[in-house]
This record gives sequence, structure tokens and C-alpha cells, in this order.
Amino acid sequence: MAGYIVKRLLAMIPVLIGLSIIVFLIMAMIPGDPAQAILGNFATPENVARVNRELGLDKPLPQQYLIWVTNLLQGDFGRSYILNRPVLDEVLERFSATLILAGTSLVLCSIFGLLAGIVSAVRQFGWIDRTVTFFVLIGISMPSFWLGLLLILVFAVQWRVLPASGMFAIYGGGDLLDLARHLILPALTLAVVATGVIARLTRASMLEVLRQDYVRTARAKGLSERKVIYRHAFKAALVSVIPVIGIQAGFVLGGAVYIETVFQWPGIGAMLVKAISTRDILLVQGGVLVVAASYVLFNLIADVVQSLLDPRLKS
Amino acid sequence: MKFTRRAFTGLVLGAATALGLVSGQAMAQTPPNVLVVGQIAEPQSLDPQHVSAVNDFRILMNVYDGLVRYKDGTLEVEPSLATDWTISEDGTEYTFNLREGVSFHDGSPFNAEAVVFNFERMIQEDHPYHTGTFPLAFYFSAIDTVEAVDDMTVKFKLNEPFAPFLSNLAYAAGLIVSKAAVEEHGEDFDRNPSGTGAFTFAEWQSNTRVVVERNPDYWDGAPPLEAIVYRPITDANTRVAEMLSGGIDVMVEVPPDNVSTFKQDASFTVYEQAGPHLWFLILNAKEGPFANKAMRQAVNYAVDKQSLVENVLQGTAAVASGPTPSAFNWAYNEDLEPYPYDPDKARELIAEAGMEGAELTFYVTEGGSGMLDPIAMGTAIQADLNEVGLNVSIETYEWNTFLGVVNPGLEGKADMAEMAWMTNSPDTLPYLALRTEAWPDKGGFNSGYYSNPEVDDLLQKARTSTDQAERADLYKQMQEIVYEDAPWLFVANWKQNAVTSARVENFKLQPSFFLMLQKVSKQ
Repeated sequence: MAGYIVKRLLAMIPVLIGLSIIVFLIMAMIPGDPAQAILGNFATPENVARVNRELGLDKPLPQQYLIWVTNLLQGDFGRSYILNRPVLDEVLERFSATLILAGTSLVLCSIFGLLAGIVSAVRQFGWIDRTVTFFVLIGISMPSFWLGLLLILVFAVQWRVLPASGMFAIYGGGDLLDLARHLILPALTLAVVATGVIARLTRASMLEVLRQDYVRTARAKGLSERKVIYRHAFKAALVSVIPVIGIQAGFVLGGAVYIETVFQWPGIGAMLVKAISTRDILLVQGGVLVVAASYVLFNLIADVVQSLLDPRLKS
Repeated sequence: MKFTRRAFTGLVLGAATALGLVSGQAMAQTPPNVLVVGQIAEPQSLDPQHVSAVNDFRILMNVYDGLVRYKDGTLEVEPSLATDWTISEDGTEYTFNLREGVSFHDGSPFNAEAVVFNFERMIQEDHPYHTGTFPLAFYFSAIDTVEAVDDMTVKFKLNEPFAPFLSNLAYAAGLIVSKAAVEEHGEDFDRNPSGTGAFTFAEWQSNTRVVVERNPDYWDGAPPLEAIVYRPITDANTRVAEMLSGGIDVMVEVPPDNVSTFKQDASFTVYEQAGPHLWFLILNAKEGPFANKAMRQAVNYAVDKQSLVENVLQGTAAVASGPTPSAFNWAYNEDLEPYPYDPDKARELIAEAGMEGAELTFYVTEGGSGMLDPIAMGTAIQADLNEVGLNVSIETYEWNTFLGVVNPGLEGKADMAEMAWMTNSPDTLPYLALRTEAWPDKGGFNSGYYSNPEVDDLLQKARTSTDQAERADLYKQMQEIVYEDAPWLFVANWKQNAVTSARVENFKLQPSFFLMLQKVSKQ
């Protein structure tokens, strides 16, 4: 198992190098450059040339890339053109905010999704199943940014019980309770779609397992229905649900972009969108590297957990 | 059984915690005497020489002072850190007497040495503290040398007479930073600013807030507010929600759709102020239908600008009459009336030119600074032009890409393109975008290739004269000619707006679009 994990981690390196070259090329190819973004209306060729000199962008592309890689190997991600601060500081700060948000909603959607799926499967075609399916489908179909705005209107503007945006209170606050208050609306919003997906999959895989011979055997042994469901059926169904949760982790990270914008959550998604539109290439590079690496890691974790649960995969 | 019970208990506990979170703490109103401002974005830097966005100026103008500043409610300059100044006969030497007894927030004295350091740092690329980008350094490209005559006197020598110099000194890049603080923090001065302004920098929590506090020793009188908190809220809908829920006291750039909501609610006050902004279409005067002056005038008649500002922009802009915004009150030609909406006249001119049914390519952007609602405006203009028998096809680009295709010139690509400018001097826009010498291949922004030697001559003279009355006269003549030549389709002047809660007093918007909070108080 350890050898497998090391192998998977090593396989990340070429992926990340390739990715960084592609991102670098795309950023170089799209029209408009950082100098243009910084100067806006005042981007005369003369001014652009001066700002490019100040940014070191007057050098040929391969050289720029090599400089970036050399600095990176020494742990220096460079300085953001637009934010005038080290890229690494910004990326780590933003990424931890995203992790808090995405992590919370991943926990939420796993709990609610699994519960809803099990209940639906056990009471297949009963009224509980119908009700759960109804809400799950609404959850999957509703645009999450729209749901977010609705929640803000109800809880922050109408009832004034939860903050409308941000991660911490602007004045005072700053403790864990404050963070939790700010986390409720965005984490719920982000969890809704993934909850639906997990619920549907859990239901399907539970239904499949419940029809297996060994479940009938367990029942024949005289085990209580609850023991049959949770000890025998659910464990087996979980094996096929876990990788989906791994993929949902990526989805939640990606979906965080909209939610971060709606709730002004200072996460990495919102940062990347801004960095791309301002052609802040070093910030884009740093952000993409961290997100890609974490995406690969999540999938690895999901695979490892799955193989631990499923004896057939252990070999 | 075990599992469900545990899950159930978990759910109940979770719900209880959530309820506790919800009701345990009443929604905090913003504290008295601390003003929370909803900004449209995170600042790029708090070093005034590293920035170019109005969003950043809204903070900087309260932390720093320049040698001169805009007089309240105008775009005319008055003394600030300089008490008075003299200009040599030929307009190339400016000598400033500096204000005595002023200190930077870090305690170091404000003097001639500090001023010299500021300008040398900005314009000399090999200066030891010329690190990062200096986007507005070109505002001072006319400076040849800057020297300290004595401790409290500074002399600027210019390469050539340059009339907008004083106005540029009042702009953000002219704000004076502390030499001691730049030397201490180096590259990190961006986040450790020190000026002489009414508020001292307290804290910058990335993507969350910038806090500045009252400077009790401010030379122009300590401000009433104890502190200002600037919050970046990029999404306009969220900014509105925060304003409605009491999370911020002041909101800038209110979306047109929401202005009436705030106007109808007595707990808010809406402010509007026309600014030095122009929204227009560049017309390709080099080739195609718009090489013909009658066609350029025809489209100026064909577009219903009143309807655009009322229906699309919902009253957040005024109809523009020519190339110079009325906010430059001293240089604005009041005799010019906007081209009236007259589709019949437009059809007539098009018929005379034999251009019925002409095919036009129209570049539209998705957003961008000062572009207001560019897609909706683009489609409304397209509809008006179809009405008079012109077939307009729109091509839409993201803002930076848009600048990348428009700035190099429209030749061979398009007949018209949206554009907007906001400037601090009536000189800037026509000088950079209407002169023959400003064609794209010569490094300017005249992307439609307009050329009129008379206009070139007037602009050159206005730029070098140091007599404001004479300059005003020259600009007014220029406006008449450009109005007649119609190199652009003149559309609108943006009125910046802001909303404050009823607790905020003495709030005012400035034509410079700066947010001056020195006199504001809050209950």
C-alpha cells in the first residue's frame, strides 16, 4: 500500500509540470497582457513597454518560464503583479479559506446524502422515498448561486439572523463561533447539489446490494432488519459510493467559485477568476498548481479508503 | 438501531448548535463613529504610486496628501502640503513652498527631501526603491529634474511647458509617501503605508478589510470619525444585500436596478455626482462608411441617447454633448447641445451618402472600468441603427481582450467600438485619443484614425499655455470642431452614485470620483 501511494504521488509531478506549461502558454496566448490590465485606458505602447520592463515580461517566453521554475524550486512562487504581495502568501490564505468552506460542505453533503439515500432505498417507492427524491431532484436542479442569493435575502436581509457575506465579522468577532456563523449559508448552499448526487447514488447502490443473496441469507439467519441494512448492506454499498464522494470533493472545490463570489468568501476560486481577468500570470500559476495538487490528492485518498473497505481491491 | 439512534442524536445536536449560532448573538450593527465602506474590490496596494484604480484612491485619499488637492466639489486645484507656488514665464519651472510642521504617520518630518524622494522614485527606473510597477508614472513624464531648493522649498523643471501638471499633482500618483517608511519596508510598503493624511493605516486583512484610524494631529483638523473600515465586496448583489442588512454604512457604485429601492427607503440616502467620464463609440474614420463625415453625423442622430440613459442606465448617467464632460466646468463648452434624436434626419444623411443598408461591425465589451452596462447599451444602439437601415453585427469580447483588439486600431477589423474614459484633466482624453499624432501606430489611442490639423493645433496650444482662461477658450473651440466632425458617437457621462445609511452625516461625492471622508461623521 505504501509503495502504491508513493507511486501515485510521484506520478503527480509530470502532471503538475505539464499543467504549469499549459497554463503558462494559455496565459501568454490570450490577448491583453498584465501591463494592459494594470494600465487600462492608459496602455500606450510606451507605457506598456515600461511596465513590462518593471515586471520582467520583456524577456522571451521560455526564459520567463525557466525563471519561474527555478524560483519555484527554491520555494519562491514570485510576486503577484496586481496584489503587490508574494503569491504564496495569497494562495495559502485563499486556499485555506476554500478548504474550510469546501470541507464543511463535503461533510454536510456526505452525511445528508448517505442518510437520504439509505432511507429512500429501504422504503423504495414509499412516501418517504418519494418525498426525499422530490427534494433531492430540486436540489440537483437548482442553480446554486441563485439559491445562495435567496438564502441571503431570507436569513440576512429579512430576518437578520445570519451575516450576508464574508468569513469573519468586520468589527469584533474573529473567533470560531464567528466563523461558524459566516459558514452556515455558503456551506449549505454549496452542499445542496452534491447532497443530491450522493443521495441518488447511495439509493441505487443500496437497492442493488439489498437484492444480493447474502442479504437474503442474513435475513434468513433471523437478523433484525436494521442490522441487515446497516451492518451488511450499507457497508457494501459504501464501496461504490466512496469514489463518488472523492469526485464530489473536486466538484465542491470547483463549485466553490460561484459560491465564493456570491458570499464574498475569500477563497481561491474567486482569486483565480480575478487573477485570470487581470492576467496576473504568477498568481494563476501558483493557484492552479495548489488546486490541481489537492484534486489529485483527494482522489488518491478516496481510492485508498475504497481499497481499505473493499477486500477485493486490497491486492 | 444503534446507527440510527446515533445519527438522530447527532442531527438533533447539530440543529441545536446551529440554532444557538443563529440566535445566540444578535446581528451586530456597525459601531458608532466607525464608518464601514463597501468597496467594489480588494485594493491592489496602499502605495499610491503603485495603483491606477479609483477603488484604491477611495482609501488612499484619506491616508495621504499631495502637494495640491482638488477644491471641494470641483476639479480645480488648491494648496495642500504646498502652501503656495510660482510658475516661471515659459511654464517649465514650478517652485512650491511646503507646509511647515507636518509629520508622516511614522513620525518622520515632511520636507523637501521627502518630496524629491517621491518623484525620483517614481520616474527613475534605476532608483533603488523603484520596485514593482508605477502605472501612473507617465503623469509626471514631463519632469526633467526635481530638487530641494532649501528644506521647505521644492523646484520642478519640466522638459516642456505642460499645463496639466498641477492637476496631475492633485491626482493619486501625486500623493506623498514617507521616505523613512519606504526605506524600512521596501517591497512591503504596499501593505505598510505611511502618509500625512487625516487617517493613519491600522490593519489590512487580505480580502476581508482595510482599517484606518483617526490621525489626531492632522494638519487640517482631526476628522470626526474614529476609524474607517473598507470591505471588498466584488459582487454587486451581495453589496446591496450587505447595505440592506446593515453590514455596511456606505456603498459605492450602486447598480442602476437598485437605486430606486434605496431612494424609496427613508433609512438610506442616495448621492449622485456627474464625473469627468465619457462613454462613446469610436467610429472608424479611415475606411468604410464612417470615412464619410455625413455618416458619422447620421449615427449621432440615429441613436436615442436619452432613452439609453433613462431606460438602460436608469438615470445613472447624463447624455453627453461632445468630447469634454461637463464636470470640467471651466473648460466645458456650454453652447453645445447633444445631437438630437432624429431618425429621419439620419436616414436623409445616409441616403445622401448612398449608404442605405450598409453592413457595420460593432465591437462590444462585456464589462470593464467605466463601461457601465456595455452589452445592454450595445444592443440598444444596434436596434436604433437597424431602425435607420444600417445592418450592425455585434462582436463581444472580455474587457482585457477587448482593449487588446481595439487599442491597436480598428482598421481592417471593425467600424465602431465602445469605449469609456475617466480623466482628471480636460487635456488627457483628446490629447491621447483625437490627435493625428495619437494614431495607434504612433503610440496613442486614436483607434478610429480621426485627423484634423486644426484640432491638433488647438490641443498643442492648450497643453502648453499656463493661463487657464486661454486654455478654456482653446478647449471650447476644439469641442465645437470635434462636435461637427463627429469622430465618435457621443453617448453618456456617468454619474457616480453612493448610498449611505441615515446615521452617516456630511457625506459628499466629488467630481474627481475620490471619496473624501475627512469631514464625515456617524451616529
